[in-house]
Amino acid sequence: MYRYDPYDQRIVDERVAQFRDQTRRYLAGELTDEEFRPLRLQNGLYIQRHAPMLRIAVPYGLLSSAQVRELARIARTYDKGYAHITTRQNVQFNWPELKVVPEILAGLATVQMHAIQTSGACIRNITSDPFAGVAADEYLDPRPWCEILRQWSTFHPEFAFLPRKFKIAVNGAAEDRAVIQCHDIGLELKRDAAGEIGFRVLVGGGMGRTPIIGEEINAFVPWQDIITYCEAILRVYNRYGRRDNLYKARIKILVKALGVAEFKRQVEEEWAFGKGGPNTLTEAELTRVAGHFTTPAYETLPSDDASYVSQRAANPAFAAWARRNVIAHQQPGYAVVVLSLKDPKRAPGDITDAQLELVAELADAYSFGEVRATHEQNLVLADVKQSDLFAVWEKARAAGLATPNFGLLTDLICCPGGDFCALANAKSIPIANAIQARFDDLDHLYDIGDIELNISGCMNSCGHHHVGHIGILGVDKNGEEWYQVSLGGSQGNQTSLGKVIGRSFAAAEMPDVISKIIDVYLGQRQPGERFIETVRRTGLDPFKLGVYGEAAVTERKQNA
Amino acid sequence: MPKLIKNGRLVDDSAEILVLDESQAPEALSLPAGPVFVPMAVWQAHKSAFSGRSDVGVWLDSHDNVEDLAPDLEDLSAVALNFPKFTDGRAYSAAALLRSRYGFKGEIRAIGDVLRDQFFFMQRCGFDAIQPKTGKYSDAQLEESLASLKDFSAPYQAAVDQPEPLFRRAQRAT
Ligand code: SF4
Repeated sequence: MYRYDPYDQRIVDERVAQFRDQTRRYLAGELTDEEFRPLRLQNGLYIQRHAPMLRIAVPYGLLSSAQVRELARIARTYDKGYAHITTRQNVQFNWPELKVVPEILAGLATVQMHAIQTSGACIRNITSDPFAGVAADEYLDPRPWCEILRQWSTFHPEFAFLPRKFKIAVNGAAEDRAVIQCHDIGLELKRDAAGEIGFRVLVGGGMGRTPIIGEEINAFVPWQDIITYCEAILRVYNRYGRRDNLYKARIKILVKALGVAEFKRQVEEEWAFGKGGPNTLTEAELTRVAGHFTTPAYETLPSDDASYVSQRAANPAFAAWARRNVIAHQQPGYAVVVLSLKDPKRAPGDITDAQLELVAELADAYSFGEVRATHEQNLVLADVKQSDLFAVWEKARAAGLATPNFGLLTDLICCPGGDFCALANAKSIPIANAIQARFDDLDHLYDIGDIELNISGCMNSCGHHHVGHIGILGVDKNGEEWYQVSLGGSQGNQTSLGKVIGRSFAAAEMPDVISKIIDVYLGQRQPGERFIETVRRTGLDPFKLGVYGEAAVTERKQNA
Repeated sequence: MPKLIKNGRLVDDSAEILVLDESQAPEALSLPAGPVFVPMAVWQAHKSAFSGRSDVGVWLDSHDNVEDLAPDLEDLSAVALNFPKFTDGRAYSAAALLRSRYGFKGEIRAIGDVLRDQFFFMQRCGFDAIQPKTGKYSDAQLEESLASLKDFSAPYQAAVDQPEPLFRRAQRAT
């Protein structure tokens, strides 16, 4: 993974000093709340229900074991003993005090971490495929590009006060695991006919109040030009994005208002000035950065380890975990392991300091000292030998990190919601836990198979409910918490936005509602058909019928 | 006298920022003597009368287009860019365009809701004059605020103050 050189380190150290002084001036009354707000946000610091919430950047989801240990220390020292993995591959702490935040940042800087631009109206953490570099379907490694863009966007002086937040994602595999169609800029690595590397550039995707799938603005931007191209997009957005209405300020609204053709014209007119200029990437810089993402020193191994085969045969619990949470690797004899943070007894994505310590230990012992965070709020050990899987499983299981539910109904995505987030309309964690409790039978879960259930506590959609096969959205009705259910959303290559099935539900109804939806699927599915495929084939009607009953459906038809 | 940060140092400055209220037609305005920044509309209306006056600058609001001023830049020694709110970042692009696209060599002054925690970004985008609102900071605070111009010593990306990105400026070890 990328390791800082003295330049990177100095920038992060200078940031700590800067924020220490800003916090001092704020606490001394020299900075008003309003003046301090964007400064703290651009350091990931929110003022939440209980305390400030600090969001720490995990660039494109990569962590070293030393970084994981530092997170454990922070959880222990400054928080209530746990951390939370976010849906953007970052880490959040829910309980730090404002006055200790500079200290926390200083600690993070010692392990090459920071909280820069994890919130605020600026370019946010660049996200990517959590399986980058190891996925069997990858054709180009996105990580060097993420790092190059991270450096370019860090403290970019022109784009620190955009109309609204700005998110960039990069994908380089056949399957899009970075949700690039739902980002302000989505970059798809590709090769042109001549074999040259470049990017297909999507723009204006996003979730939130107005979910929109990104549109292609350029089919192929050569790699050398990617910074100048992004800069042109950002400049047009910074100048012409709406600033009069928070809800219309994202780039997607500008793109829609102008039409993608006109937006492209403006971007390319701007690009004509920057193209070929000093921001043009050099071979030397690419080589330097890519040099940090070399393949680890893999051993030459048979593609099927004999002990792994026999351990699975002998131990059904291990076999169940291996079937769900172990994924194919590019390298023979190796595997990708998903450590599930979806233990029904905890908030989805939460991890304790002791678990973090264990993850660091597992990474050092079995996975070249590296860990990844996924936007589905799990952790990944990306390079485990098949022959070590049993040992990893035993240790992870003892620590509650081996729930064998990766990709299943209980592996849901869930934002912090009303328990923590000041913007929430409704709680989301108790809904998640209630659904997990309802579906506690593994055989039943396996029978249901691959399914994505995503929960957001409000329209800001941090829980990505628009792209959940089942999406749940917290809504406020006269001061009460209600939940709206949508079906048919999906991420990946066939990204689609879910459709609301009908009137919303009280919290207590939610497990029943999900059970009814699942029952409809089980009754309707054709052999081998996954949940989302059934929804696509049948449409929503059978599900509405199952959930609301005959009367409600006929009534609606008559009114239509 | 009001203070101005010019090229990283505190200096006195007496230039007036002329603001039209809605009832005033730019054409009917009597032009002030002495150093002044006039809004775009006043500049357009009185351009010829201003010729030869080096103490007249134009100030642009954040929704004004710098392109509209481009033909006149040769006649101007100073342009001020207004931050109606410090969170309105359009002036950063405007300053960058004035410098890099139009090659403007005169003064570019940040006016309006100008706060020390943004000085560094302003400087990087080509502002060489920074003027917080009168009374926003005490003289001592202003003196102290100069430190913010040096928040970061070697930024990553190219900008007006540093036209080459770090990867071209520095030999970075792998
Ligand atoms: S979706 Fe809403 S409730 Fe959930 S974390 Fe985001 S802002 Fe908060």
